[in-house]
Amino acid sequence: MTEYERRARAEQRERFDFAVIANWLSPGERVLDLGCGDGRLLRYLGETRDVTGYGVEIDHDSVLGCIRNGVDVIQMNIESGLQGFEDNSFDHVVISQALQTMHTTERILTEMLRVAAEAVVSFPNFAYRANRAAIADGHMPVSEDLPYDWFDTPNVRFFTIVDFEDLCARLEIEVRERLAFDEAGKEVADDPNLNGSLAFYRLGRKP
Amino acid sequence: MQCDTPLTLKSGARLPGFELVFETYGTLNAAHSNAVLVCHALAGSHHVAGHYADDPENVGWWDNLVGPGKPLDTRKFFVVGVNNLGGCYGSTGPLSTRPGSDKRYGADFPLVTVEDWVAAQARLADHLGVDTWAAVIGGSLGGMQALEWSLQFPDRIRHAMVIASAPKLSAQNIAFNEVARQAIISDPDFHGGYYADHGVVPTRGLRLARMVGHITYLSDSQMAEKFGRQLRHGEHKFSYDVDFEIESYLRYQGNKFAGFFDANTYLMMTKALDYFDPAYRYGGHLASALARARARFFVASFTTDWRFAPARSREIVFALLHNRLRVVYAEIDCDAGHDSFLLDDQHYHALLRAYLGNIAV
Repeated sequence: MTEYERRARAEQRERFDFAVIANWLSPGERVLDLGCGDGRLLRYLGETRDVTGYGVEIDHDSVLGCIRNGVDVIQMNIESGLQGFEDNSFDHVVISQALQTMHTTERILTEMLRVAAEAVVSFPNFAYRANRAAIADGHMPVSEDLPYDWFDTPNVRFFTIVDFEDLCARLEIEVRERLAFDEAGKEVADDPNLNGSLAFYRLGRKP
Repeated sequence: MQCDTPLTLKSGARLPGFELVFETYGTLNAAHSNAVLVCHALAGSHHVAGHYADDPENVGWWDNLVGPGKPLDTRKFFVVGVNNLGGCYGSTGPLSTRPGSDKRYGADFPLVTVEDWVAAQARLADHLGVDTWAAVIGGSLGGMQALEWSLQFPDRIRHAMVIASAPKLSAQNIAFNEVARQAIISDPDFHGGYYADHGVVPTRGLRLARMVGHITYLSDSQMAEKFGRQLRHGEHKFSYDVDFEIESYLRYQGNKFAGFFDANTYLMMTKALDYFDPAYRYGGHLASALARARARFFVASFTTDWRFAPARSREIVFALLHNRLRVVYAEIDCDAGHDSFLLDDQHYHALLRAYLGNIAV
């Protein structure tokens, strides 16, 4: 694959991920995007769904990227929670492929559902078939959705679809919808913990 | 600018008229949509950028930010610097001669507040034909003015850029100001503020005030790095003269300042800082106070600033969020403490350049 093809593919994949999330939001919503990077998801949601909102980021260069992209961003560390954000002040809190880069998983999930009635979470499924094969072969997996070498990965939590749902149950978080996709971006219905490379969740508080 | 319309101040006092000195950089465009007001902090002035032909040493206090090709690009923006009311760089203040008298105001110049400054700046905007500022920007006390603009004239400011600032002073902040004031007031040359009538200046008090101030502008780590325990003479002198380099630095800064700054203006500026508290009329609820704002905000703080720590900026950010206002907030790693806002830290300036670059004119 040439660099151009690789980038085109990554962009296509990204647009696809964004579209999955956009689908779960209503037009004109107010959204908080945790670990928003350079703000491209929020920009996309603004352009396609008329969504307004803020990104939250800790990385200096990403904050600069948000400003360049015209995205409102708040620079803070959310490992200790979302202090300052009021209860139910957003329609959705989104965390797109960033939950695995943070240590305080439980606190973040709980806080997301304090600040909004519904949360959207996406993460790479560590138990995906190809990842299992890599481990069986003696190596940490490097794949489309886990694209880092073990020694320079920003990821600090490695978990699977099954693990995540166990945690949700323990935290009394309701899984309202789940979608899983393989590396080609095809939706997976059968055994998502084995066949899904990337998982998307729509979460709420248990009634 | 000479303004002959009386101005009633927050204190209730009334100025029959006043003069403001200002400088402009760049050109006001046909739509009058590219004007940016730069508000100065405690010791700043209207001289924001560049230098005068006959005084090449006197470079503007925010020259690293303002100019052609700089983050606040004067090829795009029409930038205005103003010396605030009560200042000592040419605007009407304690050094001015009282109307109908040949004496200076001195201590009789009324206390002016951040709100009064902004009201006076609005007169300048009228004078310049600026209906709406593209942005009002300031650091520290200047940031308070930018915030106040968004409250007093919500429709006359599109972007408020509040840097290294706070929504009000803490008790510790006020305490430092009070030490500075007492240093000046207790100087025998102060004469209750009428020192000009006695032909003297309370330089000892001013010097001390500035020394105290300077300690709060720098971070502990930067002081350690810059001065550490370096000795002036390479050995302990067992005297009260300068032993350590930090003493020399503070004395130098104090002397320099006492040589040109007016004591009454300094007193008044510190009081303006102390009084600023938009939430005061709202039972201390900042979010309610900011409900009037319409501007978009750029808020930035510096991690080593303990005078106006990042938490103070976050108070502003979350009050804006409560009101569903648009805000960008950056917490910048810079070693230089409160004074960071005046430096040309690469990341800091990249943020300003990016934000200002996206402002439509």
